[in-house]
Order: sequence, then C-alpha cells, then structure tokens
Amino acid sequence: MLIIWSFIIYKAIMCVAVFAVALGIAAYSTWWERKFAGLLQDRYGPKRAGPFGLLQPLADGGKLFFKEEIIPNVSNKFLFILGPSLVMITALMTGAVIPWGRPLHLDNGDLFHLQITDLNIGFLYLLGVVSVGVYGIMIGGWASNNKYALLGAIRASSQMISYEVAMGLAVVALIISSGGSLSLNDIVTAQGDGGVANVCWQPLGFIIFFVCALAETNRAPFDLPECEAELVGGYHTEYSSMKLGLFLFAEYINMFISSAIMAAVYFGGYNMPEWFENLYRGSVSLDTFALIGMVCFVAKIFIFISVFMWIRWTIPRFRYDQLMNLGWKVLIPLSLLNLGITALVQAWRNGLF
Amino acid sequence: MSTLLLNIPVTQYMFYFLSFVAILCGMMVVISKNPIHSILYLILTFFSIAGHYLLLNAQFLAVVHIIVYAGAIMVLFLYVIMMMNLNEKDEPNKKVFLKIAAVGSAGLLLLTLVGSLKGAEKMVAAAPLNTNVGLIKNLGQTLFGEFLFPFEISSILLLAAMVGAIMIGKKDPVK
Repeated sequence: MLIIWSFIIYKAIMCVAVFAVALGIAAYSTWWERKFAGLLQDRYGPKRAGPFGLLQPLADGGKLFFKEEIIPNVSNKFLFILGPSLVMITALMTGAVIPWGRPLHLDNGDLFHLQITDLNIGFLYLLGVVSVGVYGIMIGGWASNNKYALLGAIRASSQMISYEVAMGLAVVALIISSGGSLSLNDIVTAQGDGGVANVCWQPLGFIIFFVCALAETNRAPFDLPECEAELVGGYHTEYSSMKLGLFLFAEYINMFISSAIMAAVYFGGYNMPEWFENLYRGSVSLDTFALIGMVCFVAKIFIFISVFMWIRWTIPRFRYDQLMNLGWKVLIPLSLLNLGITALVQAWRNGLF
Repeated sequence: MSTLLLNIPVTQYMFYFLSFVAILCGMMVVISKNPIHSILYLILTFFSIAGHYLLLNAQFLAVVHIIVYAGAIMVLFLYVIMMMNLNEKDEPNKKVFLKIAAVGSAGLLLLTLVGSLKGAEKMVAAAPLNTNVGLIKNLGQTLFGEFLFPFEISSILLLAAMVGAIMIGKKDPVK
C-alpha cells in the first residue's frame, strides 16, 4: 500500500503544480499581451499597478470578481453556468499529458516524472479533449438566449471543427515521421540524444499545425467568433463577472497549452541543441540537467506565446468565407499532401523501395 | 453484506456506476422535452460508454469514440437543433396511430434484444481473453495485417459516401 500512497501523492503534487502553473502563466500572459501590444504600438501598456504594471492581472481578476453577476431570466441557468465551466475544464485537462521535463531523482531512489500521465494514446487524448471543448462555447452561446451569442457560438464551433481536421492530419504525418508512438513523452525523447527536432522533418506540418492552433484557440486573425463589429461580443455577449473571466482566461490557458504542445512535439520540448547540452552535461548532476531542460522548455513556450501575440497585434481579422476557404480548400489538401509525402519518405527510410 | 461489498474489485463498482449513468442518460434522452437537453444526455451516454471501453482496456476505441461521436457527430446534431430552435410549444401534435406504431416497433426491438441476450450468461469464451488487444499497437497490427482488405473496403465506402454527400450538397451551376 505504501507504494500506492506515494504514487498518489506524486500525482497529486504534479496535478496541483500543473494547475497552478497553467493559471499563473495564463494570468501573466494577459499582462504580457498588453505590454507586448504597447511595444508594437509604441506606447507603455499597463504601468500603474505595481512596478512595470506587474500587479495588473490581480487588479483585473479582482475587478471581474467584484462585478455584478447577471444571469438572464429567460436562459437555462444550469446550462448557462455549465458553458464557461466546460471551457475552463477542457482547457486545463489538456495539460495532463504534456511532459514538462526529464524525471527527477528522489532521495529514496524513486523517479519523479514531470508529467501527470504518460498515456500511450496521448495525442488522441489531446484531440479528444479539444473536440469536447467545443461544447462549452456552444452550450454557453445557446443558453444565453441571444441571437448574437448563438451566431458567435456557431461560428466558433464550426471554425474549431473545420480546423480540427487539418490539425489531425498534420498530427498523423508527425507521428509517422517521429517513430509511430502517440505518447508525447516518446515523441519528445525521440528528438533528443542525437535526434533532430521534428520541425526539420515536418516543416509544412508545423505550419499547418500552427495555423490550426491559432484557429482552435480563437486567436486573431481567427477571432471571428468575438468579432465586435458584426456580433456585439460573440458567444460571451450575455456573460458578466467571473463567468466572462473564465471564457477569456480559458483562451489564454489554451494558448499556453498549445504553445507547450508545439514546443514539445515540433521543437524538442525539454531537449536542447547537442552542442549546448555538451557544454555542461558531465559537470552537473542529473537533476540540475533536468531542471535546465525544463527552463529551456519554458523558454520555448514563451517564444511561442509571444509569436501568438505578435500575430494578434499585426494581422487583421479574416472574413468568414476566407476563413472557411483557408480551412477546407487550402489547409486540408496541404496536410493531405504532407501526409502522403511523409508516408512515402518513411517507407523509403524503412527500405520498402 | 459489508464483506460482500468489500470483496468486489474497484473496476466492478465502476462498471455498475457507468452502466447506471449510461442507462439513466439513455432514458433521459427519450424523456426530456427539450431537444437540446436530449442531445446533452446523449453526449453523457457516449461518455459513459467510452468509460466502459476504458474498463475493457480498449483505450484507442474509447478516445476515438469520444472524438468521433461526442466531438463531431453530436456537434452537428447540436447545430441543426440550435438553428431550428425547437421548443416544447413548437412540437407538432402527433397522431395516435403514429404513437402506437412507435411503441410497437420499439417493443419489437426490445424483444429481439432480450431474446438474443437470453442465455448469454452461460456462454463460455471460445479463446482466452487477451486484455491487450485494445491497445493501439496491437489494434493497428491487426487492422493492417489480418483485416487489411475489409479495412480498405470500408474506407472506400466512406470515401464514396463523402463524395456523394458533397455532390448532393453542391449548388447547381448558375444558368
């Protein structure tokens, strides 16, 4: 029984840690987004709350908590509350399969895996959770009993479904070229120790995945669901207070998680370039080595989050037909082409012809 | 009683719980007046069935069940019903004859199911149960080895259905 208890405690620590880190990074992403927007638009961004405006996320959170909570009389109360909760739950659930670093060595000889669970269907789990995330938006938009909210919800969900197809095909090509395992930990370890980052084998696949990740997280230039000029506020028109906060916050968590996935599966995760690893490989303990890898992973995630923001403040929004054309007539054929080429190359590498 | 309950493994509790949820939600699909609620209960039913697959160690089937049924098909159902905005007051009055026919055909289906399951508890498995067959690696090797031909045939069928759907959905060229 002792072993099981320690197992449960390890996993509980990991769950709480991932939960806290995801929420913390999401909160400070809002700060960084505004600072970054300020940088791009030649202004300061938030600077009143604390040094460099660092307390701004707390001020925003406090404001959202203290605002009046409005539930429309005609709407279905249970579904109205279920919508934002589902969005938040699915956003946080995706963090469960991401490998954050190499295992740490504990004093009693156990390994502390920096991953909540290493499913052998890890990538399918991610796609499954993402596809369930659509419901939160749809239920929330429908329960608002508002035409704009309903239209926004339908836009958001049709956009997410359309881009899931291309994303899934890009993932299939990635898995073929990275050795055939769906476990995220296997994909990351295959890129280390002499291997190259998957982006070298899958440059087209990475671009497709990146565009789809932008669309899945409803970020600009794919933020049509909340297009103010056409739809008032999109699917969260009727929401106020922290329920609105959950919708907005889930977007940042999704952005963090999708950056983490891209950094892990296409850019080697906690692995570093070999010359860099060789600088200190022998001279530090294994735990320090693992921690440096983790810092490297976080740096990669940070770069991706910044690119997401850079795109948001640079590129104008798509028109709806352009969005659908891009999804169905450009990205899906491209990802099919990528899949075919990858399969042929892999067959050649395996010596089939 | 208490010793009896303690001797049951955890998976069995989960089996009973999931079956309870599946049957309850399945009944709620039929009973609830609002079509949106029906669909949400149907989604819950799919989730509990995915849980059953997990209990059978068929992880791939469980996740694909969620992706395909809960993630894609039910979203389309939800679209259609949301766009039509069906309510209780819009429900057309059905004729008595239709109600009797529906009850009769559903009862026949129930009879068939009960008849086919009668005596199932006495059946013995022909081969020893391999619990690893649902893992993705074994499943892939079986699908692309032993069952390659049926697999390819069914994929061609799906492709043909997709092309047909696009042909039907296509607008006529402007004359």
